Amino acid sequence: MRATTPRERSEFDVFAMLCILPSLLYVLCMFVYPFLYGLYLSLRPQKMAGFSLANYLTFFSDPYQYGTIWITFSLAVPCTIIVLVLSLVLAYGMRRGFFMERTVTTILILPISLGVILLSEGILGFYGSQGWFNQIVIALGLVSDPFILTHNYIGVTLALFMQQFPFCFLMLLGYISGIDPSLERSARMLGATPWVVFRRVMLPLIAPGLAIAFALVFVMSFAVFPSAMMLGQPSGSTRTISIAAYQQAFEQYDMSYASAIAVVMGLCQLAALVVIILFRRRLSPAATMGVGKR
Amino acid sequence: MRGRLWNLALYLFILGFILNMIGIVSHVVVSAFAKRWFGNPLPPAFTTDWFSYAWKNFDLGQVLSVTLFVAVAVVVLSLLIAFPAAYILARRNFRFKSLLLLLYFLPMVIPQMTYGIPLATTLYRYGVGGSVLGVILAVMVPMVPLAVFILMPFFEQISVNLEGSAQVLGASRAQIFRRILFPLMIPGILTAGILILVNTISNFELAFLLGGGGSQTLVVALFYNMFAGGVRPVYSIDAMAVIYMVMVMALLLVALRFVRPTQMVFRLDR
Repeated sequence: MRATTPRERSEFDVFAMLCILPSLLYVLCMFVYPFLYGLYLSLRPQKMAGFSLANYLTFFSDPYQYGTIWITFSLAVPCTIIVLVLSLVLAYGMRRGFFMERTVTTILILPISLGVILLSEGILGFYGSQGWFNQIVIALGLVSDPFILTHNYIGVTLALFMQQFPFCFLMLLGYISGIDPSLERSARMLGATPWVVFRRVMLPLIAPGLAIAFALVFVMSFAVFPSAMMLGQPSGSTRTISIAAYQQAFEQYDMSYASAIAVVMGLCQLAALVVIILFRRRLSPAATMGVGKR
Repeated sequence: MRGRLWNLALYLFILGFILNMIGIVSHVVVSAFAKRWFGNPLPPAFTTDWFSYAWKNFDLGQVLSVTLFVAVAVVVLSLLIAFPAAYILARRNFRFKSLLLLLYFLPMVIPQMTYGIPLATTLYRYGVGGSVLGVILAVMVPMVPLAVFILMPFFEQISVNLEGSAQVLGASRAQIFRRILFPLMIPGILTAGILILVNTISNFELAFLLGGGGSQTLVVALFYNMFAGGVRPVYSIDAMAVIYMVMVMALLLVALRFVRPTQMVFRLDR
């Protein structure tokens, strides 16, 4: 916290307004307005006049369309849980710093910065039937036929994992290393085993960060688009809801229907977030942000 | 003993992840220099021809100039818009501050695909969809908030007393900005600028939804050409991927002079 001096005025004058205005206008015009416009458009189907729920009814009566919700969940949920559990275990184990930390974290930043397109291209080659991964497992005599890891569900999961794990691990690492170590020491001195320390002391402190990380990773995974196109079967087993929305907008040119799918997608993400928040309350009712922080 | 084994397991997992990362990236690089490569550990012969092939056939000169133009425009405009807002948000407390911060927070956490479709719809309706301007306007949506959140702590580190003293000594607002705030903010501006640059160059979803024929950035062109698979030799696409990779890695090296890797992801304790 900064010390406040008497000089610091807390009123909101014309100068402050002028400073805030450009960015506020930008976010309102380019973020809030398109959302509202999309919602409005989704309620005005192209094929008829006036307002109606026809787009939504069409979406939920066509298995090819509403099936994308299930496909997307079946990709995002397992991936999010795996990423979160692994990140938690690793970040917790490495909370006191680790060997070559700077180098490791720098390498982990790479997949985030390079982006999903390059990752997908690399995965297509490396895990492909002729790639190094299959060459190694065949050379070791583990299998006789190559694993089929691309152009299916596994390929998309791989890409999601490669993208989300570093992101989630680094987030949790930053969060967990910020927890006051004296709390842990006190618990150890009072005779708690490492497991009890984790379960009774640390986990409740980590829970708020964990909930946010879970929410972020899930929402990002739910919008999976390019990797589902490149590494999956965009017309079959990995036709996610963003692919459905994209096809309506840019292949069928039905912006109204596309907006309806985007609204459904947003609502699914919102529903998931609400569930996570409720779950977090049950997990640690007393956890408030900032307790035990250095 | 158990603790030792546990730590070993953690290191082995991280090592495995890093090796698989290196494998994925190396595969692209090796393939870009391969004459032909089918199922051998390494290609039998190497060549650099795919780079010139890619340059000609993918119109890379044009794609790269669009990419750089978009990147520079997004950096400059985002910083211009975000700078004053970050100043006020760092210095003042007012009634709707937390609401405003939440609003700026949303474009950073809601996936680009979710708001990209309504945004693309809106921009196409106003006739800027499919143009370089449309790409710039769309990519700025998550970048302006990013700039605000990066610049805020830098403003907080500058003592209010410096501004107060200058004011007492009769400096005008413009002078305070030019002589005091701006010079002290240079590290912040550089940090925000380089992070926006990296994020813009690797931004796919928004640039893809808004980019048209002559306004594709490098990543978008990469994606389209992979899909035209079979038409183009995979080595040439990998050559293009290597060009993109070199660009991002060079920027990343610069970025890591200013920030620690853990600062490049989301801060959970906000």
